[in-house]
Amino acid sequence: MLYAVLCVPYPAFSQSISSAELINNAKQYDGKLVVYEGEVIGDVMVRGEYAWVNVNDEKNAIGIWIKKDLVKDIFYTGSYKAKGDRIEITGKFNRVCVEHGGDLDIHAQSIIKLSSGSKISHAVTTKDINLALGLSCMVLLVYLLRARHLKKAS
Amino acid sequence: MQPEKTFSGFYLRIRYGVEFLFCKNAGNSLRNHICLAYYLGRPIDFLFGIFFEMILKPPLKDIKHIGYYLGKITIGVGFTCFVPFIMGLVFFKEAKPALDFLLSAEIALLCGLILTWACATDKELNWMQGMVVVSLSWLVAMALSAIPLYLSGHYKSFLDACFETMSGFTTTGLTLVQDLDHLSYSHNLWRHLGPFIGGQGIVIIALALFMKGSAGSFRMYVGEARDEKILPNVIHTARFIWLISIVYLIIGTFALGIVGILIGLKPQNAFFHGACIFMAGFDTAGFAPQSQNILYYHSQIFEIVTIVIIIFGSLNFNLHYQLWSGNRKELMRNIETRTFLLSVMFTFFIVTIGLSKLGVYPNALIMLRKGFFQLISGHTTTGYMTIYAQQFIREWGDLALTGIICAMALGGSACSTAGGIKMLRVGIIFKALKQDIKTLALPEHAIITQKFHHIKTIFLEDRQARAVLLITFAYITLYALGALVGVGCGYPALNSLFESTSAAANVGFSCGITDASMPAVLKVTYIVQMWAGRLEFMSVFALFGFIVALFKGK
Repeated sequence: MLYAVLCVPYPAFSQSISSAELINNAKQYDGKLVVYEGEVIGDVMVRGEYAWVNVNDEKNAIGIWIKKDLVKDIFYTGSYKAKGDRIEITGKFNRVCVEHGGDLDIHAQSIIKLSSGSKISHAVTTKDINLALGLSCMVLLVYLLRARHLKKAS
Repeated sequence: MQPEKTFSGFYLRIRYGVEFLFCKNAGNSLRNHICLAYYLGRPIDFLFGIFFEMILKPPLKDIKHIGYYLGKITIGVGFTCFVPFIMGLVFFKEAKPALDFLLSAEIALLCGLILTWACATDKELNWMQGMVVVSLSWLVAMALSAIPLYLSGHYKSFLDACFETMSGFTTTGLTLVQDLDHLSYSHNLWRHLGPFIGGQGIVIIALALFMKGSAGSFRMYVGEARDEKILPNVIHTARFIWLISIVYLIIGTFALGIVGILIGLKPQNAFFHGACIFMAGFDTAGFAPQSQNILYYHSQIFEIVTIVIIIFGSLNFNLHYQLWSGNRKELMRNIETRTFLLSVMFTFFIVTIGLSKLGVYPNALIMLRKGFFQLISGHTTTGYMTIYAQQFIREWGDLALTGIICAMALGGSACSTAGGIKMLRVGIIFKALKQDIKTLALPEHAIITQKFHHIKTIFLEDRQARAVLLITFAYITLYALGALVGVGCGYPALNSLFESTSAAANVGFSCGITDASMPAVLKVTYIVQMWAGRLEFMSVFALFGFIVALFKGK
């Protein structure tokens, strides 16, 4: 488990706040230290000494601007084939981030890895394969019958 | 047939009556005239024709012709399912999603083969049949394409999956997908392929690949809201539209892919996202592979490339042809580009005033970046967003929102992938208004002519102005009806108007109403709005008349 502390002041809201709450009441939380948690999704986009990590709490995803060193231990990011690592971020919430062209984001000061992600397997069932084969046979049969009928008609 | 010569209003109304009373085969002739009435902008004749149309029962052969061509297009939909099937199996290594597409392809092929077998014909389509085939094709394509999405398990109901595919085909971009960030590459590709097929036209792809050039082809081409022939032959026109789309696809994907790598995406993701964003951007749909839409990338350069792509997508294909042919002057002379520039400036002014008044953004640069991106995205009817849907309602305020609604309602160019009223119509309305003001101001005997430049210089005629006003009126009615249903479902009036305009103008912006939990009646309303808005009403009216006649006609 990773726990990075960088002289973090005590957050104004010590309980984790949902993305919906942050977006719907952005003015209230603007510039405050908040705690936000969710699953890391997509790519970790490294930009110089920092990186963008998008974190989804099952309602919305919010962009987290974070020091590159703090994302080293993020192993799984959410996609079709994987459940991403679940992290808790403490950082400054910006309704309109002046540094990033007005994006709504969180500048992380620390992160905690709450749980590790994992690979997701999507197995194909025999029922699905049988259905596909059955339909293939039907398509072929109809095609042949139709071709015979049209040949006769012409 | 020479519609211009034979189509005199009073004469025709008498003829409708006489044919209706005495002729056995009045139906087909009448239906052709209804479509021509709409095409030539004769609202009274159109309504008159629809009234009689609903009384005459269509013969069985009409249904057979429609079934045959519908079957051909269904086969086409089946073949397109093989694209994500192969990609899923070979490139993405996603067996389960690939199987979803195989099943869907087989169902579509089976339906198509049965239809073309049962309704086999070598006859040409008449106007009415062409229109009905087009409108039905979109519904059939919606239902069949929804199968793989529904099988993905990312949609709460089959209606939601249908909503998604109709939104894609009509290049709207409203979405009901659940947990988009975990959707497979194959299903995501299918979501973005929908706008690429629907933007150019479902029938256009069938014309380009499967059909011979004929009058029937032209009727279907017109039915899909493409009344401009770029090249003399409609098949060549369809192929040209596909050629430029594919060339731009390659260039756009490459540009976005490179930008994607530079901003930190993994190379395979960068090009996959590039292809998806290009397809949904050039076709002004606004779908994106991640739930945050364009905000996911946190990059100004990515936004700039996207803006270029969506502006290109909202230009008339005829204008693209002129540019490709070296006629660059056309860009600045064309009534559509001029109207577009003025309209963007005017609506952006409204948005800027609205945002400044409320102090939404701390400085002009940020306001320009956020305000202009949403504005141009709405005006081109794309619907890409770099803010959250809720921010529109909670932060932007009524004035800025009104500016966005106006931009969405006006839309992009005619004969492009954009929706809305369209710039050509807006330009013609202003020219007609200018002519009327001149008529009032100048002496009675003065002869006043008004011309406009669209590929060539055209003298404005009354019938053109009437046709334009008829469609504009139909769009405004559609926006209002959708808003009324929204209000009826308990949503605030401005929010309902915003969402309704977004659906009917095929934009895709949402202020938060579009959600899997919204009432089914609203989902169906938006599906109908997206469909009618994309087809520009004529085919939908024709289908409506046809169905009523089928059950109530004599």
